Parts: sequence; structure tokens; C-alpha cells
Amino acid sequence: MKNMTKTSWATLICMVVLAVFPPYFLLHGQAFYMDLATRLVILGIAAVSLNLILGYGGMVSFGHAAFIGLGAYAVGIPSHHATWGGFDLIASYNGLFQLALAIVIAAVFALITGAISLRTKGVYFIMITMAFSQMAFFLFQSLDVYNGDDGLTIDVRSEFPFINLDSPMQLYGLSYGSLVAAMLLVKTIVNSRFGMVLQGAKDNNERMVTLGYNTYFYRLTAYVISGTMCGYAGFLLGNFTTFISPDMMHWTRSGELMFMVILGGASTALGPILGSSVFILMEEILSSFTIFWHLPFGLMLIGLVLFVRGGLMGLLKGKGK
Amino acid sequence: MDYTLLFVQVLNGLQLGLLLFLVASGLTLVFGILDFVNLAHGSIYMIGAFICASLTFVLGNFLWAVLVALPLTGLVGYAVELLVARRLYDKDHLDHVLGTFGLLLVLDTLAHMIWGPAGITVPLPAWLDGQIELFEGANIPVFRLLIIGTGLAVAAGLFWLVNYTRLGMLIRAGASNRTMVSALGIDIQTLFALVFALGAMLAGLAGMLISPITGATIGMGGQIIITAFVVIIIGGIGSMKGAFIAAVLIGLIDTLGRSFLDSLFELVMSENAAETAAPAVSAMMIYILMAIILAVKPQGLFPPKVR
Repeated sequence: MKNMTKTSWATLICMVVLAVFPPYFLLHGQAFYMDLATRLVILGIAAVSLNLILGYGGMVSFGHAAFIGLGAYAVGIPSHHATWGGFDLIASYNGLFQLALAIVIAAVFALITGAISLRTKGVYFIMITMAFSQMAFFLFQSLDVYNGDDGLTIDVRSEFPFINLDSPMQLYGLSYGSLVAAMLLVKTIVNSRFGMVLQGAKDNNERMVTLGYNTYFYRLTAYVISGTMCGYAGFLLGNFTTFISPDMMHWTRSGELMFMVILGGASTALGPILGSSVFILMEEILSSFTIFWHLPFGLMLIGLVLFVRGGLMGLLKGKGK
Repeated sequence: MDYTLLFVQVLNGLQLGLLLFLVASGLTLVFGILDFVNLAHGSIYMIGAFICASLTFVLGNFLWAVLVALPLTGLVGYAVELLVARRLYDKDHLDHVLGTFGLLLVLDTLAHMIWGPAGITVPLPAWLDGQIELFEGANIPVFRLLIIGTGLAVAAGLFWLVNYTRLGMLIRAGASNRTMVSALGIDIQTLFALVFALGAMLAGLAGMLISPITGATIGMGGQIIITAFVVIIIGGIGSMKGAFIAAVLIGLIDTLGRSFLDSLFELVMSENAAETAAPAVSAMMIYILMAIILAVKPQGLFPPKVR
């Protein structure tokens, strides 16, 4: 343990805190903190997935909330049909089926939108990803079968063998385990040959192309992996909130995800977790003071962009970078 | 096919397209010359609507309110440029998006605090409130014709401004090479602020024109800004001509899709299926259009020549 850097210590501490405190609070009758932590961890997975393409790949996706929504609807729609009838083909409470559905749909959506979006670059990419997520938003808003704007209530959570998602402790355990797995997955990807190409293409695309790499293919693969991970986070979020609506995909949600990644520090392992923690706490604290909490939040965003380089992780590492 | 209905809907689509153009032209101007992505542009559209709504009650007349609200909205735009946007120009697009997203939240919340959550309905003077019968069965509200007329006039005015005036020359020069323009002794800082305020006035005008129809509401900016972005992406970012063509195209497709898609679908599927599918498809249509255009031309219909 001697050669651990400041950042890996910070990561370790953060993960231990997240592992120990929420269950402790729950056991002492403070379910509220457990709720907060579950939301934090699930959004953390989404932020980690966004960081893979935004931080390491340089692809500024402004539409990641669409994947959360798709994952959540993959729980809600089968569950809705299982409760109210109709559409027997997908009507099911089976968690494994819903999970597979969430992953397949998120992956296909990522593949199609990614294949088109990645032909563009820079600001076009930012806006086209945003537009595609709005497309998903309006699609679900116009589906009266699933209550459109008003959203769906999930009456029965996904049913798994061995795990009972109705238990807050087990749901948190699953989410926390998934977060750790997501972080390890991203770490493995980033340090692999694949990840090196991805980062090389971020720094200088022409050079990588000249070296003979088909960077489009690398980026698309990363985009699909990221979208699928985010769809998984949506699957968990749907099971956590038991209420889903198109609002989960609204472009401001994507903006909040981006904020988490940048605030925490893009292209760092811990950054997205720090960012989502700060976001959740801020939302909770500020909104308890005033309904106008978006005002200080917005001011903070502007301040972040103007004055903080490299996010919270940048501050942690010092000015050396 | 009901041709009267078709005619009325084409006019509605044209009206939506021209309003979109007013918002998108400001976006594309600011992007073209400043290379600046402004998500808060929709908030200025909203603020224009609210200022105009308040002034309508103070001055007692909608048209006077528009005339006074226009320079006020320009001032808001100028203040935004001075306080926030100016500091963001030399950062990258990601920072622009985040910074102006913050700005959008601030402006929307301020509007919420000032004007309340409910929104304001704007009354029209009697002579604008009626309808004209253009031909047998086609009743068009006078105000919609006024919107179309104003939109076309502003588009023509902008075309003249950009192509035939000294200011327009500077704007075009600044868009292709701003370092060179400032090296030639032009006060680029003031030019930027001017362009920004102009874009704000255009967006504000769109908000004022729509407010008698939909009222001034808090969320209106966030709704139109995405469509405006789709417009400038399809048109090619920075191109005024592209923005105009794309805006009218999207206005028409969106309006016609919403009103005629179900009858089109009924030709190939059951009535029930058509009634479910049509709203879903028409809600996605402009994005599908954008996807197709970008798949063929990744930089839009009229890509910038120099960047």
C-alpha cells in the first residue's frame, strides 16, 4: 500500500464511506440517507459511463439521459403489461428478462444514434446527441399507452432469483456492487490497448488515423459500451424510484450528468462519483431551503466553468497538472 | 384530401418556421462570428415574451409593448454578453455548453421569481384579434398573417444587413477570420457585443410574437431552443441562408406531420394502429429528418466555407 497516490487513497476512502455509512444509517432507522445514497450511487454509474466517452474519448455526449430513460422504461413497460394485460410478448416481472431488454435497447439505440452522430464532430456532435435524446423524450411523451407525460408507476419491481429489490438494503447492495464493477470496467478499458487508441484519438485524431487505426470504429464501440452502461443505470433507477416518466430523458437531465462529470473531474476514476455526490447533496440541501434552488445551482455552474480547472479532482491533485 | 385544411396548415407551418428562423438566426449569427454555443438563447426568447406581456398591461397596447420591449431585450442580451458570455469565448465548446446551461437555469429561475410560475396571457387589440376569410372556408386569424409578414420582413432585413451594409461586411469578415478583422483596427469587442444584442432582439421578437397565442410561460425557452439547434444543424452552423431554409422546412414538416400523418398512415394500416403510431412518429419526424441530412452531409446543408 506504500506506493498509493493521493487520488487512489481518496478513491478508497470514498468507496469505503459509501459502503459503510448508508447501511449503518438504515439500520439505525434513518432510511432517508439510504435513499439519498442509492440515488447517488445509481447516478454515479451513469456519470462513470458518460466519463468513459466524455473524459477519455473526448466525445461530448449531451444526450446521455436518453439511455437512463430507455433502461427505466425497459422495466416499466413489461411490468405495466404484466399488471394491466396486453402485449403478452413482453409482459413480465422477470428481472433477467427486463435487464436483458434494457441492455439490448440501450445498445441498439447507442449503435444507431452513435453511427450517425460520430460522423460529425465538435459542436455538431454535442447538439446531435442532444437532439437524439430529445427524440426519445418526445417519443415517450407522445405514447398515450404509457401515460405520456404523466409517466408510469411500477407496481412490481424486477424479480430476480436470490435478490429481492424491494429490500432497500439489497437494492443498495446491487447498485453499489454495480458501481464498483462499472468503475473497474472503465479502468480496464482505459488501460487496455483499446483505451489507448481511444485516448490517442481524443488528443489527435489525424495521427491515429495515419497510424492505421479506424478511430470511427473505436469511438463507436466506446459509445455503445457507455450507452449500455447508462441504460443499466436506468434499469436500476426505474427499480429504485418505481416511477418513470419522459422527464428522466429531458435534455436538462443530460446537462446535469455532464455537470457531475465535469465538476468531479473528467477523465479521472473518482471524478464522476465526487460530482454525483456533490450534485445530489446540493440538490437536497438547496431545494430544502428554497424552491428557486436552480438559481444558486446555475451560478455555481457558471463559476465552475470560469474558475475551476479540472474539477474537484484537479483541486485534489493540486496545480501540478 | 381537404385542400382548404392543407392550405391553412401550410400557413401555420410557415408561421412556425419563421418564428424558428427568428430564434435560430440569432444562434447562428453568434455561432458564426463568435464560435460560441449559447443554450441560454431560449431564455432570452422567454424574457422577450415576459417583458412584452408586462408592458402590454402597462401601456395598454400590444404593438407599443413590442416596440418598447425590443430594445429592452437587446439590453438584456448586452448585459448577458458583458457579464458572462464574453468570459467564455476563448474556452472550448464543452465549457460553453455548461456555462450557458447554468445561465439558462439562472435566467429561468429569475423569470420564475419575477413573474411567478403561472405565466401570463397576452391580450391582442381588437383589430388584430379577428379572422380574415382568404377564400371560401379558409379563415385565417389576422394575427397569424401579421406574424408571417413580420417574419418575412425581418428575414429580408437581415439578408440586406448581412450582405449589403458595412456592419454586415464586418460580421461576415469576423466569421471567417476574426484575428484579421481586429488586426485591421476594428473594435472586435464592440462588434461581438452588438451581434449578441442583435441576436437577443431577434429571439426576443419571436417570443413577443408568439406570446398572444401561447402566453408567456417559464418553460417556453427550453422547448424552442432544441428545435432551433436542430434548425441550425440542418442548415449548417453559421449560415443565415441555411437557417432560413431549414427553419421553414422544419416548420412545415412538423405542422403538416402532426395534422396529416394519421390519415396517411390509415392508408397502410388499421385506423387504431394509425392513431397510436402517428403522434409518436410526427413527434420524432424533425429528428429523423436531421439524422438523414447529417448522415448524407455531416456539416448540414450549407456548411461554413472557412473555419
